[in-house]
Amino acid sequence: MRLAIPLMITFVAGMIMILQFFVPATQSMGESLQEWYMIVASFAIFLGAVNLLHIHIHKIRFKARNWKYSPVTIAGFAAMIITGLFLGIEPGKPFDYMFTQMMVPMGATMFSLLAFFVASAAFRAFRASNWRATLLLISAFVVMLGRVPIGAMIWGKIPLISEWIMQVPNLAGQRAVMIGAAMGMVATSLRMIFGIERSYLGGAD
Amino acid sequence: MNWTVLGIWLGALLSLSLYSFLYKDNPFYKFAEHLFVGMSAGYWVIYTIKNVLIPNWWDNLVPSEGGMQPVWLIPGFLGLFMVLRVVPKLSSLSRLSLALIVGTGAGLSMTAMFQTNALAQVNGTIIALGQGGGWFSWASNIIIVTGVVCGLVYFFFSKAHTGAIGQAANVGITILMVAFGASFGYTVMARISLLIGQTQFLLFEWLPTMGIHL
Repeated sequence: MRLAIPLMITFVAGMIMILQFFVPATQSMGESLQEWYMIVASFAIFLGAVNLLHIHIHKIRFKARNWKYSPVTIAGFAAMIITGLFLGIEPGKPFDYMFTQMMVPMGATMFSLLAFFVASAAFRAFRASNWRATLLLISAFVVMLGRVPIGAMIWGKIPLISEWIMQVPNLAGQRAVMIGAAMGMVATSLRMIFGIERSYLGGAD
Repeated sequence: MNWTVLGIWLGALLSLSLYSFLYKDNPFYKFAEHLFVGMSAGYWVIYTIKNVLIPNWWDNLVPSEGGMQPVWLIPGFLGLFMVLRVVPKLSSLSRLSLALIVGTGAGLSMTAMFQTNALAQVNGTIIALGQGGGWFSWASNIIIVTGVVCGLVYFFFSKAHTGAIGQAANVGITILMVAFGASFGYTVMARISLLIGQTQFLLFEWLPTMGIHL
């Protein structure tokens, strides 16, 4: 029973979503189910938050490695929750202030740090060992060069070539990947709806 | 207190703390990193409550016209079951929530996502070949169609990649390598653009608060 009910829910939910696409009469049912899906899935963020707090409280309690920074995480979390819940999230409120003045710069910095790491990883990993690897290198180099003013200064056609690479071979490659992934998604979805794939239930009982 | 200047200083000091990692791991970086993680988690919890749960769940459960719609208790309970995963004795209840999420997600993937990620892409590829615009445009369209077909052949593992299939797969992998290179370059440039933005923030917003104008 512990496995049968979840499998039945998966089957019914999956079939409703497929039917609502083809049978107009079931469309409202599908729309309601999508709303339920969004609500239930959004509760996962609470699971993540509880888990984060659990990990950091555990680290503090047992004085694990770098435990001294765990109160910072908890304080940051608490500050956002308290200000957001009790003072509102409208522009000008403390929640919005902390978001724009602290989170946005930190987020941008974190992602910009990746520029250094991606470049250094590429320098170590990319080797022009064969002609296809060389093609990958050239393609990356031209796209990068085409997006900065120095590219056009070296040769006026570099931005055009860069744009062509993005619009033609890149489009073709991305489309092939996307179509292939969509096929795989259909196969996996069918396996899930019909209860063949059960790993998401944490293994069979 | 000038809140704008304080905000600029907070943003600048936190950014510099994070950039200090480029030298090596240090307490300033760890402080900013932990703060970022905590604040992000708090932000997304509040965002979910205010922008997802209140308008989509609470407002349906308790409409402003009065009364209560008990049917909306079901997604509420299923959501609660999801959180109960952290309670070992009740964790099996989360399977019900997961089942709904997986079932609905699978159904959506089968229809709506397949339509956008596969059928619309095939449609777009076929149209591209027939468009005019000179020999260059025509050649580009041929490359797109050949690239998509050969790329798909490369991902087709039910038949050995030998003979004509092998040659098509070779063309496919070549197109894919160019695409991966382009995606890599594009990603790096997106990061570089963020770096430029942050550098401009430090140079043209933070330094002037100390009277340094560049």
